[in-house]
Amino acid sequence: MAKYNLRINGAARTVESADPNQPLLYALRGLGLTATKFGCGLGQCGACTVLVERKALRSCQMTIASVQGKSITTLEGLGSALNPHPLQWAFIKEQVPQCGYCTSGMLMSAAALLSEKKKPSEAEIRTALDGNLCRCGSHARVVRAVLAASGQGV
Amino acid sequence: MNAPIKSSRFSRRALLKGGALTVGFALTGGRTGAFAQGVAGGPRVLDPKEVDAFLAINGNGTVTVFCGKVDLGQGLRIAMPQIVAEELYIGVDKINFIEGDTALTPDQGRTSGSNGIQRGGMQLRQAAATARKALIELAAQKLNVKAEDLIVANGLVRPRAGGDGISFADLISGRRFDLKLDPKAPRKDPATYTLVGKPLPRPDVPAKCIGSHMYVHDFTLPGMLHARVIRPPAIGAKLASVDESSVKNLAGVQVVRIKDFLAVVAEDEWTAVRAARALKAKWGAGSRLPEQAKFVQALRTDPSITNQDLVTKGAPVTPLPQNAKMLTASYFWPMQSHASLGPSCAVADVRAESATVWTASQGTHGNHTTFARFLGLPKDKVRLIYLEGSGCYGMNGHEDAAADAAIVSRAVGKPVRVQWSRADEHGWDPKGPAQLLDIAGAVDADGRILDWRTDMWIPRTTRGMLNIPLLGPEAAGLDNIVGLNTGLISQNGDPPYAADHIQVIVHWLKDAPLRPAPLRSPGKPANCFAVESFTDELAAAAGLDPIEFRLRGLKNPRGIELIKRVAAMMKWQSRPSPGANKNAALARGRGMSYVHYKHEETFVAMGMEVAVERASGKIKVERVFCAHDCGQIINPDGVRSQIEGGITQTVSRVLMEEVKFDRSHVTSVDWASYPILKFSEAPKIDIDLVDRPTEPPLGAGEASCSAVGAALANAVFDATGARLRTIPFTPERVKAALGGHSS
Repeated sequence: MAKYNLRINGAARTVESADPNQPLLYALRGLGLTATKFGCGLGQCGACTVLVERKALRSCQMTIASVQGKSITTLEGLGSALNPHPLQWAFIKEQVPQCGYCTSGMLMSAAALLSEKKKPSEAEIRTALDGNLCRCGSHARVVRAVLAASGQGV
Repeated sequence: MNAPIKSSRFSRRALLKGGALTVGFALTGGRTGAFAQGVAGGPRVLDPKEVDAFLAINGNGTVTVFCGKVDLGQGLRIAMPQIVAEELYIGVDKINFIEGDTALTPDQGRTSGSNGIQRGGMQLRQAAATARKALIELAAQKLNVKAEDLIVANGLVRPRAGGDGISFADLISGRRFDLKLDPKAPRKDPATYTLVGKPLPRPDVPAKCIGSHMYVHDFTLPGMLHARVIRPPAIGAKLASVDESSVKNLAGVQVVRIKDFLAVVAEDEWTAVRAARALKAKWGAGSRLPEQAKFVQALRTDPSITNQDLVTKGAPVTPLPQNAKMLTASYFWPMQSHASLGPSCAVADVRAESATVWTASQGTHGNHTTFARFLGLPKDKVRLIYLEGSGCYGMNGHEDAAADAAIVSRAVGKPVRVQWSRADEHGWDPKGPAQLLDIAGAVDADGRILDWRTDMWIPRTTRGMLNIPLLGPEAAGLDNIVGLNTGLISQNGDPPYAADHIQVIVHWLKDAPLRPAPLRSPGKPANCFAVESFTDELAAAAGLDPIEFRLRGLKNPRGIELIKRVAAMMKWQSRPSPGANKNAALARGRGMSYVHYKHEETFVAMGMEVAVERASGKIKVERVFCAHDCGQIINPDGVRSQIEGGITQTVSRVLMEEVKFDRSHVTSVDWASYPILKFSEAPKIDIDLVDRPTEPPLGAGEASCSAVGAALANAVFDATGARLRTIPFTPERVKAALGGHSS
């Protein structure tokens, strides 16, 4: 079993894996960080999006070997129930999720967008989230929440 | 679209705690044990005729609500407590909510058909009203006063004139009501409602945004193993042989083979995935699927057809007046997938003498017998517990995954989690069936419908079939139900407008190429697409504005009000379709549709504005307007959320979704081959809710879906003069229709 050292949500973590090609997604969920969801395993739906060094990436497409030494942020590290990230707060206030299975990935993609651009336009938000699919149809609320979180109330 | 949230009810604290409502997920261990023995003394009462099946008053003054209907993200976890708390004059923060557990909750039927509130919620309202009456009577005895001199407030029964009251807990905690639901128990006057009708926040939302919500996908048990099931390359193929040495190099992997059921089991999920990919197996030939290119035409001549005259109203006008115009048209809605964002998953712990299954099924109770039978266990030794999964819109693969987990757990003697792959979900989830409709009609110059005949070709639901055959038991040769279940897919095949003569004839098909199941608003999106598109075609033939045409034929005042409201919302300009700019490179148009769901439930009027790019054939739905009347609204934000979701999901189904298959299997097995609507394609939606507090509440999850297809097709016709009659409206189909070819 090879050992991989990562920084996850600010803490040093060691993951053991017999397979260097094990996707980061399974390592995270194996550590009990289950906010990150398996959706397709193909990088098509965005449910497993996490921040790798502040970039929104699909954890089903990143091998554990490729993230050795990297800093990973999952939804659990974005904010907490007592101290939610502005995006989490806005998603709660707008009552965004229905089933909510896509919500974690949406929040991580939106967080990456807001760290690059403080006040994105609605069109920029839609483009940034195009790789995150939602089947329940919460799109309108997601867009409203991201606008609200960036101080652009609607 | 939403009113700004100002009320103090929406304090930061309340929102984060989801209105401070406690949602009880009866998982394992002590808590469940306490509930199973009955929080109000003795074993749980599960008979849905009994108050105790639904409610228990706890010693600390809280009330536990036991609900057989489940929350799939549609908001029952707040709506049901709102209904109960209202009748009991307590806050929703005093409610514990338990859902979909065969050991704890009464069987209220599947969470389907948009009837969660309108049936399940009304049972709860009756239980709460009966309980309130009983509490007042108990207090009257204790205080030695007349019941009519007592009132209920804040969890107490107290004298109307003032003075000390007695708490619910002191009156009954630890004991049962031992009462049947009383339809005559007085209900609270809707004019005095303080909770029903308010947009209270959903209790599961904070956890879903923080990442702590427990989905069935996240549930674990000590010693739990991970499995993947290997389905055959061709539907119906038998397993010839398995080469177990092909997974020998993967530590701890077990192969489970039971007849044609094949699974791999490992200690961690990734190893199970690798084993499923590596395992070499030989399969026989499958049971040939029809050729997709010839599928639609073959429906009309299917030798299994039995005909049924479903609707006959009025008498034919003979002869038709000279100015009558006669039209015929065919509409087709293809097989579609639930396309749940997360593939199905379940956990099962099957022992020699008992079994517990954690499942995202919309029908834990409805599957209880099925699971007991294929496991060969008595029903009281089998427990199905609902845990939320990825959104499900009828019956996706959740129940199959639960059966898979149960079969594998029994084989290995340990708790097992089964997670389907993306290809499993798209390939093997039960499909919304294909629907073919022919409509013939005649209209006179005044816009009067003289004649209307709908012929529909749809698969028949097997009599008495409430569930669907499950893949695992079938492959493993275990006891399995046989037949089809498609939901009530023949409804709304006739127009809601006056006509001299209306006929609906169903040509029932005995089978469907891929296993069918109800998919959100079963059948109605297709039937209303055809009926409301044809209505538009008649309006155009009569040279009338589409709204004017509908209003001339509509008598129901609630329907008329909605059509007028949607016209006002979108500043509808009265004129016949198509509009004047139909040859523009980017042609814009507006269309509408009207649906009275199942002819007796929710009313919807929907308008759409679309832009059609002539060169590419791409349709952009720019705005959707929806006027909606579902009677008494329990939670307006929940209703809005359901309407937004229903519209967005159905725009996706109409524009891009069709299951593709070759002669052996489904070929649209990922998001590239089965695309759904993206953010840049999702429409802006404006909703106008009509609340009727004194009317019964009706469903809000399905009705809006059924209005989408026609509103969209009618807007495209208005924009371009081209009529789209085959779903999905792909750019290729649009281009063909613009070029004058029939779609």
